[in-house]
Amino acid sequence: MAPSELSAATAVALSAALRAKTLSSYELTQACLATIAKDNPALNAVITVSEEQALADAARADDILARGDGGPLTGIPLLHKDIFCTRGVTTTCASRMLENFVPPYDATVVTRLREAGTVMLGKTNMDEFAMGSSTETSRFGVTRNPWDTTRVPGGSSGGAAAAVAAGFAPLGTGTDTGGSIRQPASLCGITGLKPTYGRVSRLGIVAFASSLDQAGPMTRTAEDAALMLQVMSGVDPMDSTSADIEVPDFRGQLGDSIAGLRIGIPRQYFSADLDPRVAQSVHAALQELQREGAQLVDIELPHTDRGIPTYYIIAPAEASANLSRYDGVRFGHRCDAPADPQDLYERSRTEGFGDEVKRRILVGTYALSAGFYDAYFKKAQQVRRLISQDFSRAFQSCDVIAGPAAPGVAFGLGTKTSDPLAMYLEDIYTLSVNLAGLPGMSIPAGRVDGLPVGLQLIGRAFDEATLLRVAHRFQMNTEHHLATPSSAGEPT
Amino acid sequence: MATTSADVRAVAQLAQLRIEDDAIDDVTERFNRILDLVAELQQIDTQGVEPMSNPHDMEQRLRPDAVTEQVDRTALQDVAPAVEDGFFLVPRVID
Repeated sequence: MAPSELSAATAVALSAALRAKTLSSYELTQACLATIAKDNPALNAVITVSEEQALADAARADDILARGDGGPLTGIPLLHKDIFCTRGVTTTCASRMLENFVPPYDATVVTRLREAGTVMLGKTNMDEFAMGSSTETSRFGVTRNPWDTTRVPGGSSGGAAAAVAAGFAPLGTGTDTGGSIRQPASLCGITGLKPTYGRVSRLGIVAFASSLDQAGPMTRTAEDAALMLQVMSGVDPMDSTSADIEVPDFRGQLGDSIAGLRIGIPRQYFSADLDPRVAQSVHAALQELQREGAQLVDIELPHTDRGIPTYYIIAPAEASANLSRYDGVRFGHRCDAPADPQDLYERSRTEGFGDEVKRRILVGTYALSAGFYDAYFKKAQQVRRLISQDFSRAFQSCDVIAGPAAPGVAFGLGTKTSDPLAMYLEDIYTLSVNLAGLPGMSIPAGRVDGLPVGLQLIGRAFDEATLLRVAHRFQMNTEHHLATPSSAGEPT
Repeated sequence: MATTSADVRAVAQLAQLRIEDDAIDDVTERFNRILDLVAELQQIDTQGVEPMSNPHDMEQRLRPDAVTEQVDRTALQDVAPAVEDGFFLVPRVID
């Protein structure tokens, strides 16, 4: 494989080349590191490169491959979002609070992917503590969208999405609390999957909102996502919320037909908030699925517009509790010369957290405080159940739900930072899925003004296999997922 | 009824955060915009609806009460800002 082909190749294709010995993992890793060195200064998608460790891991993978051992991900380079604890490698969550934090242990996801033979190249940029939809709240500067560097990549997993789109690595990990895998996947034209709550262990993932957070794959194809999800999934004794439910053979079911599958189209996902040109791309994608034998069914998700207020109570409330651990004592930023314990806590936290994080801690603290708990937090938890019931009802008449992943294409840097509410609207189609704990996915479905559009697929709890099957079928018949920022100007 | 800057300061104190005087108006204004956004939930009838804290209404599993790993104190305290003789250092609490 020529170096220019490497950066657009899938893990499946690269794995075949590694097994055929036309490429070594060491060469592949060197090529990825060279691409990062060349192109990252313009994008700022990667904030830590672990070159020495990557080359050592690659050499080890080559030994395994030489013996004819290993699995489909052996020797494949990947980038972890900087929210996953990586032993010995700085894990900042893009915050000053954790700027110098070198974890003493690995996240379960990191362990599992390493045991599967992947080669970690480094850590990707994100919104601080995963709070944002544009990767503009990072302590380490904004990430730019490789399709148009004057625009955001989405967020919070914007570094991962930009890196995969730009050919830094075929695989990235992300986390999604309200859309943080799917919205950047949509804006950067890649495939991103948020699994069912409980499918993937949260151990070692810096906590944001513990009843919503899930980690998932960010890739170029559904097939690669299936391979990654296979490794990432499964019960973890160290995460009591991870689900003790059988993990199916995701790749094995990819080729199954979608004839007769009922795809629900929620009317509320095509409201006035949606860019009509995005709607057009999504409709064209749905027609493609119809040609494959799927039936399109109109459904209702009546509480869709209640998702934002519900989420913006529950997520900040959980965040305010989770982030209370940062006190300047055991780890994280500590202020200089604290006068007394109160001064230590207040100054360490005030200096360590950025504006959006502080804003959410304040809202969350307020919603949980005496006198407001019933009116805010309890009320939001009740509406959460209504939102969840909407989905249960909808899934009586369909097998998968489809619609847009985001209301528009990538927006300009700085255009939504002054208005937190405008930013919150970015996740209008994604955050209900987290509230209901369901799996959701975004796959490339065309472009508007040269910028990628994502089709979102939502499944029943623990039915990622059907999402992957629909996505794979779509990708077998279309070429949207093959477009890259560098090929964007070329005729197709 | 809008939340005042004094209310916001009281919440900040609960959250162990400081807000500088020159930022308080801006913080209060944005705080109120978020409260306005979430206020619409009050219009929804939730009579008799059970609050949902886990999306699958799952109970958290307990692990067997057994020693499964040894904690390496040195490794854990390597990331602490101030440590002495195996203790975390904090400013004097009692005179």
